[in-house]
Amino acid sequence: MRFRTVSSPHVTRTPGVGAIMRQVLYALVPGTAALVWYFGWGTLINLGIAVAAAVGFEALMLVIRRRPVQPALSDYSAVVTAWLLAIAIPPLSPWWLTVLGVFFAIVVAKQLYGGLGYNPFNPAMVGYVVLLISFPREMTTWLPVQSLAAHHFDLLQTAQIIFTGTPLHGLGWDAVSGATPLDQVKTQLGLGHTISEIRKNSLFGDFGGKGWEWIANWYFLGGVWLLYKRIITWQIPTAMLLSLGLLAGVFFLYDPDAFASPAFHIFSGGAMLGAFFIATDPVTASTTPRGQLIYGAGIGILTFVIRTWGGYPDAIAFAVLLMNMAAPTIDYYTQPRVFGHGGRE
Amino acid sequence: MTAQAHKLWHFNGGVHPEQHKDVSTREPIEFMRLPRLVVLPLSQHIGEHCEPLVKAGDNVNKGQVIARAPGYVSAAVHASTSGRVVTVEERPVPHPSGMSAPCIVIEPDGREYWGESRLPPIEDYLNADPVTLRNRVREAGIVGLGGAAFPSAVKLNPRTEQPIDTVILNGAECEPYITCDDMLMRERAAQVLDGLRIIMHVVKAGEAVIGIEDNKPEAYQDFCAALGGSDVDGIRVVQVPTLYPTGGEKQLIKVLTGREVPSQGLPIDVGMVCHNVGTAYAIYRAVAEGEPLISRIVTVTGGGTQNPRNFEVLLGTPVGDLIDAAGGYTPEAHRLVMGGPMMGFALSDDEVPVIKGTNCLLAATREETPATPPALPCIRCGACMRACPANLLPQQLYWFARARDFDKVQDYNLFDCIECGCCSYVCPSHIPLVQYYRFAKTEIWELERERRKADQARIRHEFRQERLEREKREKAEKLARKKAALAKKPEKADAEDPKKAAIQAALERVKAKKATAGVEPKNTSDLTPEQAAQIEAAEARRAHAREKADSEGND
Repeated sequence: MRFRTVSSPHVTRTPGVGAIMRQVLYALVPGTAALVWYFGWGTLINLGIAVAAAVGFEALMLVIRRRPVQPALSDYSAVVTAWLLAIAIPPLSPWWLTVLGVFFAIVVAKQLYGGLGYNPFNPAMVGYVVLLISFPREMTTWLPVQSLAAHHFDLLQTAQIIFTGTPLHGLGWDAVSGATPLDQVKTQLGLGHTISEIRKNSLFGDFGGKGWEWIANWYFLGGVWLLYKRIITWQIPTAMLLSLGLLAGVFFLYDPDAFASPAFHIFSGGAMLGAFFIATDPVTASTTPRGQLIYGAGIGILTFVIRTWGGYPDAIAFAVLLMNMAAPTIDYYTQPRVFGHGGRE
Repeated sequence: MTAQAHKLWHFNGGVHPEQHKDVSTREPIEFMRLPRLVVLPLSQHIGEHCEPLVKAGDNVNKGQVIARAPGYVSAAVHASTSGRVVTVEERPVPHPSGMSAPCIVIEPDGREYWGESRLPPIEDYLNADPVTLRNRVREAGIVGLGGAAFPSAVKLNPRTEQPIDTVILNGAECEPYITCDDMLMRERAAQVLDGLRIIMHVVKAGEAVIGIEDNKPEAYQDFCAALGGSDVDGIRVVQVPTLYPTGGEKQLIKVLTGREVPSQGLPIDVGMVCHNVGTAYAIYRAVAEGEPLISRIVTVTGGGTQNPRNFEVLLGTPVGDLIDAAGGYTPEAHRLVMGGPMMGFALSDDEVPVIKGTNCLLAATREETPATPPALPCIRCGACMRACPANLLPQQLYWFARARDFDKVQDYNLFDCIECGCCSYVCPSHIPLVQYYRFAKTEIWELERERRKADQARIRHEFRQERLEREKREKAEKLARKKAALAKKPEKADAEDPKKAAIQAALERVKAKKATAGVEPKNTSDLTPEQAAQIEAAEARRAHAREKADSEGND
């Protein structure tokens, strides 16, 4: 009897790349739902636009690059990228902004570098940063949380705003949009106010921005799910949140009126999302256990530095991209001790 | 006897493949009937190939040495039954490449006749001279039966500067289908223990630890029963957590003792020696019963066989015969693996024989060993790194192996890879990582071989040059001596003036040429006046001869 010969191992455990990405998507659901809860339908519509655009661009690029389309699309990596971008941009962003961001993420940052696994930079963050630099006004017109908003838009109205670019009923952008808590802290500090004064604003909740802190909690929950499912490891999120918190804590203790509290830093803006979902992108992060600690800490430190002294209210995207550059070097210097190679016993 | 809890250590990584041990442990070990032919490869072990001592037509007895071990790291081959040698020729042997190698083929006569071939049993083996026992193990052709087939006598020869304090007996058997050690431990625990005592005696170790994975509670119990407790006379039976690849020698030593065998090192470097339980059993048989290694226990299992179980099989039995003994294939049989599903290699057919290292034949169905989906790009998720028991960075090794950057793969310690397959097993992109490492290793060996060959060629070339030069020199000297002898004789050519003139002219030409060329042959510099004169005379004679030849040609 003749048999086919193949190389060992002859058995594999097979939760493929697609299964991993699907878990990431599941983990994003609670945070995304919270975002919709606090900021309205816009996020959901952005999500639809972004996913459609991402899948479209990915397929197009694969055809152009003469790569098989089906396996690459079924790995869900484009969907994850699109999702992350969609929840990072303001809920009422015009549709072309989303599409443009996805274009830079998928086409430029990912496919032009060779597709999944070959991109040196986090695609979603590349898309985000391109938008932030090119369209600062659109990218900073967030909505106030719905409980504070003067205007509520239903699904249809939201869609109309997103697709036509103008608020309804002759309302101006100023009437519907507001600053994010991080934004608020930055501008108000610049105007000479103290943190305690700034925090009296209804934008702020118990420890972070109102609404934001709860969204952060749901992201945290998703992150715990990913840890439980062993999709991500603890090193990057822990190192990032700890370094951000510690650094913020030191400055907060030094001058609580000039520096926001660690809790505020962790529970506002993109810190929690970044720690569990963005910095942990395996392709662009450091891979060694010790390297991941350094990598995560680097993101935390850079985030605090840019938030506090830099030109942008939030800094997760910049911090992640900067550390992406450092990842190969970090990996090189943090190789684990190989079995039987002396060192610590 | 109170058994204290034995402290265990961990190694990094490892995986938990689905267990299928129960399939082949339902029935006791069965003696496999005599096959029609036995095919005994001359090399069934790591080390030097054996040299055949028989030829076609010879009659051999059971247990007779039919191929002798030529070196220290080698193991003799014995006839596994009595019969007639049909042929000594190349036959397919169990090897991942499906290659052929020289084999002695015996047609059994059915008598199982030992003649004088049984080795004399060593009765009081625990008081026997260690050298005698070691030689017995060597004579018996025993190799490690866990799969690696390293000649056992070598491991029983400790160096005085590196004393062995502990013998590790490997009963971990971590491959998810294999049960031959399990069944052996259950059925023949006492003999295995005696084998262990022999090993301890030979290497002068005061202690021994038997490591058994906790998925084999019966084996553990039987061992404890045979020993009279789990910790008696320096021998300790320890259950270790079921985790592949705990059965790896270095991994097991780490788990049981916390000691880490150095990279490129041997257990002896940390004062240990590790033998498989099957090997200990074979050593017992060789010493106490005088039986060389002519049979072993093989697990025949998988959904592709009708009646999975363990057999005691004569070495050289064709795999197909063994499968038949297990009721033959089921229609679902899809892949035939020698060894376990994690590290075993797939056979292209069942014509090859059972050899000393054959611990398992896995006839697997498509469900058991599904085809690997096409590989996707590496996303550097690090699953492989977390699973790697050697603590390597498989993702980096893969990257550099693919780029054929062989310096870099060695920087990343490729040669610490034990090819256990954990990385491939967990890779979500289904990248056949181990294959890349095997490829890189082979390429590096090949380059190394080529480099060595080139070095040798260079040395050979230099030798040749030197020889040629020496011969030339010797010839010249001989010629010179002859010339000197000739020069003493009267020159008869003086009389012919035209010739002399021609010689003179030729000499002039040579001189002129020398003057213009500027380069002188090295061996003509620093000559004594006599030598110069000799050479000149030679040149003259040569020129003379040329002239003569020219003139004759013109005639």
